[in-house]
Amino acid sequence: MNSSVIVFPGSNCDRDVAVALEKLQYKNKMVWHKDSELPKSDLIVIPGGFSYGDYLRSGAIAAKSRILNEVIKAGNEGCLILGICNGFQILVETGLLKGALLRNKNLKFVNKDIFVKVQHVNNRFCNKYKKEEILKFNIAHNEGNYFTDNDHLKKLEDTDSIAFKYCSQSGAFAEEFNPNGSLNDVAGIFNDKKNILGMMPHPERMIDKLVAGDNGINLFSSLLN
Amino acid sequence: MKISNKVVEDHGLKFEEYSQIKDLMKREPNLLELGIFSAMWNEHCSYKSSKIHLKTLPTKNKRVIQGPGENAGVIDIGDDDAIVFKIESHNHPSFIEPYQGAATGVGGILRDVFTMGARPIALLNSIHFGESNNKKTKNLLNGVVGGISGYGNCIGIPTVGGEIKFNSTYNENILVNAMAVGHVSKNKIFYSKAKGINKSVVYVGSKTGRDGIHGASMASAEFDENSEEKKPTVQVGDPFTEKLLMEACLELMKDNSVISIQDMGAAGLTSSSVEMAYKGDLGMEINLDEVPCREENMTPYEMMLSESQERMLIILEDGKENYAKKIFDKWDLDFVVIGKTTDTKKLILNFNNKLVADIPIEALSSKAPLYDREWTKIKLPKKKTKLNDLKKISFEDAFIKLISNENHSNKNWVTEQYDQMVMNDTIQKSGGDAAIIRIHKKDKAIAVAVDSSANYCKSHPLTGGKQIVCENWRNLISVGAKPIAITNCLNFGNPENPKIMGEFAETIIGIKEACEFLDYPVVSGNVSLYNGTNKKNIFPTPVIGGVGLIQNTKKKINHLFKKEENIVILIGKTFGHLYQSAFFNEIHSVNDGPPPDINLLNERNNGEAILKLIKDDLVSSVHDVSSGGLIMALAEMSIGSNLGIKIDKPQKLLNLFEYFFGEDQGRYVIEIQKKNVDTVNHLLKENNIFNELIGCVQKDFFELKDHLKIDINELYKINNTWYHKY
Repeated sequence: MNSSVIVFPGSNCDRDVAVALEKLQYKNKMVWHKDSELPKSDLIVIPGGFSYGDYLRSGAIAAKSRILNEVIKAGNEGCLILGICNGFQILVETGLLKGALLRNKNLKFVNKDIFVKVQHVNNRFCNKYKKEEILKFNIAHNEGNYFTDNDHLKKLEDTDSIAFKYCSQSGAFAEEFNPNGSLNDVAGIFNDKKNILGMMPHPERMIDKLVAGDNGINLFSSLLN
Repeated sequence: MKISNKVVEDHGLKFEEYSQIKDLMKREPNLLELGIFSAMWNEHCSYKSSKIHLKTLPTKNKRVIQGPGENAGVIDIGDDDAIVFKIESHNHPSFIEPYQGAATGVGGILRDVFTMGARPIALLNSIHFGESNNKKTKNLLNGVVGGISGYGNCIGIPTVGGEIKFNSTYNENILVNAMAVGHVSKNKIFYSKAKGINKSVVYVGSKTGRDGIHGASMASAEFDENSEEKKPTVQVGDPFTEKLLMEACLELMKDNSVISIQDMGAAGLTSSSVEMAYKGDLGMEINLDEVPCREENMTPYEMMLSESQERMLIILEDGKENYAKKIFDKWDLDFVVIGKTTDTKKLILNFNNKLVADIPIEALSSKAPLYDREWTKIKLPKKKTKLNDLKKISFEDAFIKLISNENHSNKNWVTEQYDQMVMNDTIQKSGGDAAIIRIHKKDKAIAVAVDSSANYCKSHPLTGGKQIVCENWRNLISVGAKPIAITNCLNFGNPENPKIMGEFAETIIGIKEACEFLDYPVVSGNVSLYNGTNKKNIFPTPVIGGVGLIQNTKKKINHLFKKEENIVILIGKTFGHLYQSAFFNEIHSVNDGPPPDINLLNERNNGEAILKLIKDDLVSSVHDVSSGGLIMALAEMSIGSNLGIKIDKPQKLLNLFEYFFGEDQGRYVIEIQKKNVDTVNHLLKENNIFNELIGCVQKDFFELKDHLKIDINELYKINNTWYHKY
């Protein structure tokens, strides 16, 4: 499986994602934002960080970068795309995913381990998880408060397009377990065709029990299926 | 222009210093030259009051690769790996403008580390604020935490540890100390010493603006009521540019193009060019027309004294200019050859085809003033207060009051604003005795911790200096690391006051004695004097940042209780020393008497025994006993572990408060499985380690019979409320 990690000035989880992909035997390439061609890729990852300093608005400038034209084209042709944290924000800015990521409800950057519940497993990203499995992930963001209009939110629910929802360690949904104020506890969503996933939590930070846990491994291994 | 007395004074120079300048120059300096002298001769850059004392500190052991005098210290951690680290203060700017002050403090210390070729892998900080009910404190806390978070998170280096303390002594002068730790291959370390003549001197990074002019001079004077007006001397940070600069520098350093490199920190272009030339025994000629400027019509004076952030000076090997420029172009950063090295041993500045400054390099460095300031010895204070004279308080009330106050509360509210996990090698976050960072793709790790004890140091600097080194050493031991070396940030008041200078001198003696005894040398550091406002000086606050090595990540350990029915043992002797303790200071507002005594021999023996126990897998958890005494240490082991403890009443005839709140040094609490009791006892006996049984881990309750019984969930809440309500 060939993967590409897009690197913007200010990306800072690019190495971590590459380590995760290599651990799962992906043939990975790092792709610089000024490049105009993508290497042959089965999976494109847009990593976390502060692309272009997050100036203007998180992800807004990266969404207009040269390489993103190629990413959008590939996404529309069905290539798998995973946007993590800032990558999710960028995907939303490109329109590949709908909605918006507002500032966290408490107006502060938040980094902590949280729990999410896997909503659906009949897709390329989650097929190694069990339905409703509870995962420990790590979040680190300032703007992860997912927002969209009621019709779109209903559509996301009706079409099984919400990938993960924030929950308690035992799987309960409540305001106190939602770390950023996100609508319907949304932690990650798919596009209609489910070849694109945007998520605020960092699965690449959960590939090693010694560090924080290994609940992220199955996401990367699902994609190999 | 003739230099008037007022101009000399405005530059923070004494008149005698000005006549020295004239002697060294053999003429009157012009304004630009005077500005350069003031930047190099101020306390912050010249260490003129502290140098003779600092020289007495031990700086070597078999693992030290580079001691003080470089951008940061370097230690050998085996294989091809070296660790580069340093701590630095940004106190004055942070009080005036907390967000930018703290942010640029982080940026500055990171540059010191990646300048040496190391990739930064961890950030820590020590921040001290005034009383929580002081009207400035809340804003300063929010600003400083925001600045540290904003800078570290964006650049993508995990902020993994630190300390936050509140004390009225910092009401008008907060402390913000930032430490950075980096990893480098031993054969790829870069230094600031220039070599060779006619080599290109290259300016890279951000453009130069008018921010931070005279920042270093500001940091070398006390505050007064007009300090607000100094806001323009505070630099503005841009972590995004720093990220680009870091990546570009590290990319360039893979090759052999760089002869030497120096970050433009305090006193900007002036200090970087002078330091590089001085270390190489060379001169430097700079054409100021080439300096990239952010604003129009900047004068040579402004260019030389600006402290705009995210800039570096590099001396390149011949013919490498194009290669290097390509890298900086890729990262969209300025790259300009602004001058060359010479053999004149002078700093020559040209602007508009005119010579604007011509100063012998040594006049700015080795000939800078050096003071052996008068200092007075500080006697060990007498014990006045008697426990029985104090207002009665129940054991439970005292415990709850302490564990719920600002100094002992859980700091999640702060640490969750820092990205602790980015780079994915943080195997232990903040909240324990020390943070642990794995060396990327290896099975070994380093442990890092920062500590200070201003109350102890105020009461008796000599003991305080020793204590703080020992506490830091203990914190590393407690996570299973062999302590290697330290960096120190020495925050003190006005050195022109012999009493304050005495605090400084004796603290250094204390640090020296402890470092020598523990083979725990100082490899880098920073001195921040003149911390005070209107003649009111802060408590002496040396901050120690230590680095230790964990050979095998499997042997790391933390302070949290692991299993019901495990046995809890206290290592080290308890005498019940309450003077200068949190119990006296924070509950009774009593501050007389000496700090707890330090027995270096016991420190070393106890610490080495703990490491042996960890190595042999005989302990389930370890925690150092520090502020708040034994009861606080036990509570910290319970909170977050989901387990409680049943504490036995002490067998000795000590008063309960003395026993549980006393802050005697050299103590650890360990948790062991029942099956290991005999082996542990044997090992402790064999090594003459004093120990006593404390109790046993249990479910649900934190309990001391007849005195205390708290549900552990309740205990967590009590400990985790202060910041959220503040």
